[in-house]
Amino acid sequence: MEYEVLKFIWWLLIGVLFIGFAVTDGFDMGVGSLLKVLGKTDDERRVMINSVAPHWDGNQVWLITAGGALFAAWPPVYATAFSGFYLAMMVVLMALFLRPIGFDYRSKLDNPQWRSNWDWALTIGSSVPPLIIGVAFGNLLLGVPFHFTEILAIQYTGSFFALLNPFALLCGVLSLLMFVGQGSSYLQMKTTDQLLARAQQLSQYLGLICAALFVLAGLWLWLAIPGYVVTGGLDISANASAVNKTVAIEAGAWLANYGRWPLLLLIPLLGILGFLGLSFFSWRKNGWAAFISSSLALSSVILTIGVSMFPFVLPSSSNPNHSLTMWDATSTQTTLMIMFVVVCIFVPIVLSYTAWTYFKMRGRLTTADIQNNSHSLY
Amino acid sequence: MLDVIELSRLQFAMTAMYHFIFVPLTLGLAVILAIMESVYVMTGKEIYRDMTKFWGKLFGINFALGVTTGIAMEFQFGTNWSYYSHYVGDVFGAPLAIEGLMAFFLESTLVGMFFFGWERFSKRQHLAITWLMALGTNLSALWILIANGWMQYPVGAEFNYETMRMEMQSFAEVVFSPVAQVKFVHTVSAGYTTGAMFVLAISSYYLLKGRDLPFARRSFAIASAFGLASVLSVIVLGDESGYELGDVQKVKLAAIESEWETQPAPAAFTLVGLPNQAEQRTDAAIKIPYMMGLIATRSTTEEIMGLKDLLVIHEERIRSGMQAVELLTELRAGNDTAENRAAFDLVKEDLGYGWLLMPFTDDIPNASEEQIQLAVQSSIPKVAPLFWSFRIMVGCGFIMLVLIAFAFYHSAKRTEQIPPWLLKALLFGLPLPWIASEAGWFVAEYGRQPWAVGELLPTSVAASSLSVSQLLISMVAITLLYTVFIVIEMWLMVHFTKKGPASLHTGKYHGEALATTESSKGA
Repeated sequence: MEYEVLKFIWWLLIGVLFIGFAVTDGFDMGVGSLLKVLGKTDDERRVMINSVAPHWDGNQVWLITAGGALFAAWPPVYATAFSGFYLAMMVVLMALFLRPIGFDYRSKLDNPQWRSNWDWALTIGSSVPPLIIGVAFGNLLLGVPFHFTEILAIQYTGSFFALLNPFALLCGVLSLLMFVGQGSSYLQMKTTDQLLARAQQLSQYLGLICAALFVLAGLWLWLAIPGYVVTGGLDISANASAVNKTVAIEAGAWLANYGRWPLLLLIPLLGILGFLGLSFFSWRKNGWAAFISSSLALSSVILTIGVSMFPFVLPSSSNPNHSLTMWDATSTQTTLMIMFVVVCIFVPIVLSYTAWTYFKMRGRLTTADIQNNSHSLY
Repeated sequence: MLDVIELSRLQFAMTAMYHFIFVPLTLGLAVILAIMESVYVMTGKEIYRDMTKFWGKLFGINFALGVTTGIAMEFQFGTNWSYYSHYVGDVFGAPLAIEGLMAFFLESTLVGMFFFGWERFSKRQHLAITWLMALGTNLSALWILIANGWMQYPVGAEFNYETMRMEMQSFAEVVFSPVAQVKFVHTVSAGYTTGAMFVLAISSYYLLKGRDLPFARRSFAIASAFGLASVLSVIVLGDESGYELGDVQKVKLAAIESEWETQPAPAAFTLVGLPNQAEQRTDAAIKIPYMMGLIATRSTTEEIMGLKDLLVIHEERIRSGMQAVELLTELRAGNDTAENRAAFDLVKEDLGYGWLLMPFTDDIPNASEEQIQLAVQSSIPKVAPLFWSFRIMVGCGFIMLVLIAFAFYHSAKRTEQIPPWLLKALLFGLPLPWIASEAGWFVAEYGRQPWAVGELLPTSVAASSLSVSQLLISMVAITLLYTVFIVIEMWLMVHFTKKGPASLHTGKYHGEALATTESSKGA
């Protein structure tokens, strides 16, 4: 296969992995974030936890695999993003620490203080990662201050607090709320009674708020945030490092792809419709449709970022020529090909057994289920 | 004060060793659970289902922290070793990503079904899930060890000066690297041994207390049989690693043996002694003739090279590496004439050796004699820690072999009363597999120094350009969290061990009459 075709496929595949993460781990992180908000009693909180308990661990592997795929397919991106955002990544990591043990240990003891502490741990572990991942994506759109040395060592010259600028924070809040919406629409499929009613109501607000924030971020991007353009020196079929091209910063450049291929506008449009669908179907008490709408919205938001920045992946604000693109920050043709074959074999297998487990665990959970299976459930 | 490199190493060592508290038990216990459940499905006896569930509960407590600490490992290559990630990502990233797709997905998706699927799947389906989960953990170990094997002994890759990285030439060579394969079987059997020792120790505790006897005896029987096979293979395959080391990691082998001089064949094995790095000799050594030659070369005629001779070779390669650095600078400055490329190709294998000078000078091509000598001395690891941790690992291994052999003997003979001394020894022997595993990894990783990737990339070049304060913040925070986690984990393990199979609330086990009067909520 042609090298540039493989590069493009891997751009899509990384997107697919992030979408897989947002759609699946998104709902269990959403449920975790809502633990203290929607669960009024211990039994209700256990319903929420057990609605995701059989699946959250498998879901999180989408994130792990997305990280692994970045490492394998885009090594400079993995290296720059993880080391540049060092403290932010450490916060995400430590928040993620709290989830496996929170899920497994929480209901092992019947002590209210113990359980309440783990509820907080699960809330933090589930809400901080989407918040910070959103902030990180916001900063990608703004450009990140880094450059390469002569031997291509990465020098990051920003600070942790510079990441927390208004636009990035808006992206962080949107990211958190859309994960929460994914969680509350999932709960609509898995719970009953009071909990179900609260999830339906909350989802209606969340859909509207997310749609508004998404539009706001789009306007901000259009009016006030300059984009990046490759002006020369980029050979898309070459095995080259990211320092050989020239790049300019231009106002409105992040929307240039939509001007060139207007059909792409459908993607952000679907995002808005997805969020509105979340509200609408939650209002109509159709949990399945709400969840599908929310998943569609999440996927569209991720694709929107990818399409807007294309071909950029990690633009450098301090030395734009060193920006990483999906043409010049990739692994060799050999590695991309090997990994592509592996993906073609294993992603269908993963999807099949994942679907099988969801099918077998289908159905709603009630507080009575919790009381009857108190010792075998989380 | 520690510098960024030392702090990065310390953080990685700390998080890796902590991660490996949980990994071997997951590996071993997963297979033991699958065996127990197979017996249940074959015989239909409920006690085997209860065994699967009870040991599964302890498995879950351990598994949670294994997952937690595993994420830290994946993050840290990027966060703390960004030059490494960039330099070898084309080769090293692939096994990690495949681990996710082939193994970790399987293991993590099915672990939920193992715990929550008892009612939802048929007996056979659930058994298949348990075996597939165990398969997932083992495949996970396979790909991680392929990645690690490549760091020890990088094969199938070539340096490209234009992209400044190692590039994959042969994926098959990476996957079927002899070092990776030997490491995999040795590590996995060590995990099995850990699982067996864990079940033996806790079963011994019940037998000593005279409680849950049928439950404990059956667990004891399965663990001792499985354990004997495992501990034998750890030792045999460990010996195989010794042979592999003699072949491809000569420095590590010489350091483990504190072998300063090249011995005439067949080399003697130093049983104990006092390594003296400053004077480059081993004091008060007790040696076994022929043994080392047999382990490392499988012959009585081949020599094993000592550290002094290896240092001479390293000095030559550092000098050649200085040329490589100089030529690389020329090539990257755009002076890529055919002549320069040809000259570089002759010395590029020594580029990493040239970079060993980086901590001592900014101008590598013109390094002074003194700086070269410093780099030469830094080209081998400190001998004493390796020498001793290797002996600790082997010692623990042989003690476990004896204990498990006795356990198997009594179990196979169906001795009415297993002797209490053996039960006590097994109970107090519980830490042995962990001491052996940690010591073993210390030998593997510390013995690789000063290299991040053997003879290609020095550790001192591989780190991210972070600040000391960033590292201190992350170290302190991780240390605090990890301390809290291990305290809670150990407490839960002890708590549920003491409760025993009664924690399943089936009404059949020791102390159940008491448990039913307690609140019905605690799981």
